[in-house]
Amino acid sequence: MQELQYPFDGRYLIKKKRSLKRQLLEQNVNFIDKKVAVLGGSTTHDICALMELFLLEQGIRPEFYECEYAQYWEDIMFDNPELTEFKPDIIYIHTSNRNIRQYPSLNMSEDEVNALLEADFEHFRVMWGKAMDTYNCPIIQNNFEYPFYRLLGNADASDIHGRVNYICRLNDKFAAYAREHKDFFIQDINYLSATYGLDKWSDPLYWHMYKYALSMEAIPTLAHNVSNIIKSIYGKNKKALALDLDNTLWGGIVGDDGVENLEIGPETSMGQVYSEFQEYLKQQKDIGVILNVCSKNEEENAIAGLNHPDGVLRPDDFIVIKANWDPKSKNLADIASELNLLPESFVFVDDNPAEREIVRTGLNVVSPEIGSVEDYIRVIDHSGFFEVTNLSADDAKRNEMYKENAKRAKLEASFADYGDYLKSLEMKGTIKGFEPIYMDRIAQLSNKSNQFNLTTRRYTRAEIEEIAESGEYIDIYGKLEDKFGDNGVVSVVIGHKNGDVLDMDLWIMSCRVLKRDMEFAMMDELVHKAKKAGIRTIRGYYYPTAKNKMVLDFYGLMGFTLINEDEEGNRTWEFKIPDDYKDKNQYIAVNAG
Amino acid sequence: MNRSEIYEKLTEVFRDVFDRDDITLSDETTAADVEGWDSLIHITLMDAVEEEFDIRFDMKTVVRMKNVGELVNAIEAQV
Repeated sequence: MQELQYPFDGRYLIKKKRSLKRQLLEQNVNFIDKKVAVLGGSTTHDICALMELFLLEQGIRPEFYECEYAQYWEDIMFDNPELTEFKPDIIYIHTSNRNIRQYPSLNMSEDEVNALLEADFEHFRVMWGKAMDTYNCPIIQNNFEYPFYRLLGNADASDIHGRVNYICRLNDKFAAYAREHKDFFIQDINYLSATYGLDKWSDPLYWHMYKYALSMEAIPTLAHNVSNIIKSIYGKNKKALALDLDNTLWGGIVGDDGVENLEIGPETSMGQVYSEFQEYLKQQKDIGVILNVCSKNEEENAIAGLNHPDGVLRPDDFIVIKANWDPKSKNLADIASELNLLPESFVFVDDNPAEREIVRTGLNVVSPEIGSVEDYIRVIDHSGFFEVTNLSADDAKRNEMYKENAKRAKLEASFADYGDYLKSLEMKGTIKGFEPIYMDRIAQLSNKSNQFNLTTRRYTRAEIEEIAESGEYIDIYGKLEDKFGDNGVVSVVIGHKNGDVLDMDLWIMSCRVLKRDMEFAMMDELVHKAKKAGIRTIRGYYYPTAKNKMVLDFYGLMGFTLINEDEEGNRTWEFKIPDDYKDKNQYIAVNAG
Repeated sequence: MNRSEIYEKLTEVFRDVFDRDDITLSDETTAADVEGWDSLIHITLMDAVEEEFDIRFDMKTVVRMKNVGELVNAIEAQV
């Protein structure tokens, strides 16, 4: 829904929240259900209402638990049957500088200020620890916004008695805690309130009238922002950018004006602003965003433009470059299928409103109202498409991996026999029980995989760790390397033991290793481990979603027998492990050291 | 803007906020007369009214408002 895309009209959303909610729920979307506990140090009613809109927009249907007014601390610290029964999937602690119990007074010594800081931090630290132990779910804690007045004026920032200084130090400690704890995320409302405008954000009327720690109009901004963290945790980030060229990456039209007349580079103001945008895009690669071109141009001209001596982005920075005269919706669909991604994983960036509209309506792809070139970065950045919650080593390498895939595709074309091609890849697999260094990646994969995913169950890192430790599961990750590079962890299988039966909870694989025999290698290891654990039967389940049709018959391919299918299309399969099970994988050397 | 014009716009705001088309307003209407008009939705309502008329109520005004008639007075004073 375009109304919910940044830059949104917050007051419109507030006014229309009821009818917007109704419309969102009427959409034909496979929502995932999540329980969100919002524990506030102030009123949170409308924060939940607005979060609901933004989460529904992301395909997440939230159910909320709200604490009694300002009882965030008590709710966690003391026995709370209601919250225990609610079983939150995520806890959002919304506090503000109104909840800082004591600030330094001017007569305090440095030691006293430090002691106070420790005590104020301890109040939170103890609560976070207790929340993690009790509820074992991701926690989002917002840091503190600056105070709306400064007793010491500018010295408030430097003097240890100043509230500005004190809040900076507290925020620093919050940040350090987040660095040291998995599944703990800081929502940076200090930054958010600054971009919003602190005076407007902290309008005291809302505190004194309604006990809101921020103004009503700022609530959509807060809710949008925290919803971005939540959708990122549940793997709903966008994955790729599809970029127009003319007047998007540079000023001018390369086909008409010629490369030498494009506005890019340090010579003019317009050139500079396009350069800054290109730099921003190049940085996206470091967090794993895949860059592609989707442009109406002769390909030759597009490449020439990208080779402009003052340009920052080079043809090499893109995985797929589509420059032709086909409709952009078609080109974007083609890019998606070449990358084995869904169109909805893309953000389409184009200066032309008509093209944006075609791609939005034709493909249901997000395309922000990016405004004028000097607004591009802000709009894309504040939209939070690529909100980082778990930056894994794989993210930084993702563009490289897609590059390697392109090379593999080339090699594949040179072989008449597919088996010969697979042999030539010299694949090595590591397929083992869950190991600590891969827990993040395993959780991330469980949240990101949509297509090759039999049950579409999502796991947090904490849940993955629990499974690895419990002994009641057979849990396997698979890593695949070949002569072009390391694909990292690409497949995860989890089954829970039920006497001599193993019920499969999860079977996922990254689409970038489709048709490489990896699924067979996983099956072999699963059977070996199952046998060792005394399992005689493996039961596989397939639950259909809008996206996982490709694995409808997966278990059949693995030699399972279909024993049941209900009217919703849920399938149950069974595999009796034969004594003389023969390995199915022929091309991957597994655990060869 | 005269009083009846204000009423026309204000009714629209109420209908948007409550997501109901059957709401009618008069000077004597109070929160008790409109189903679901609680203190929480009241905040939304005040914000929506401010937005619609491009005005800003100060705290004193909001605190003292007793019925829709007084709300219209407060709007009238600013437009």
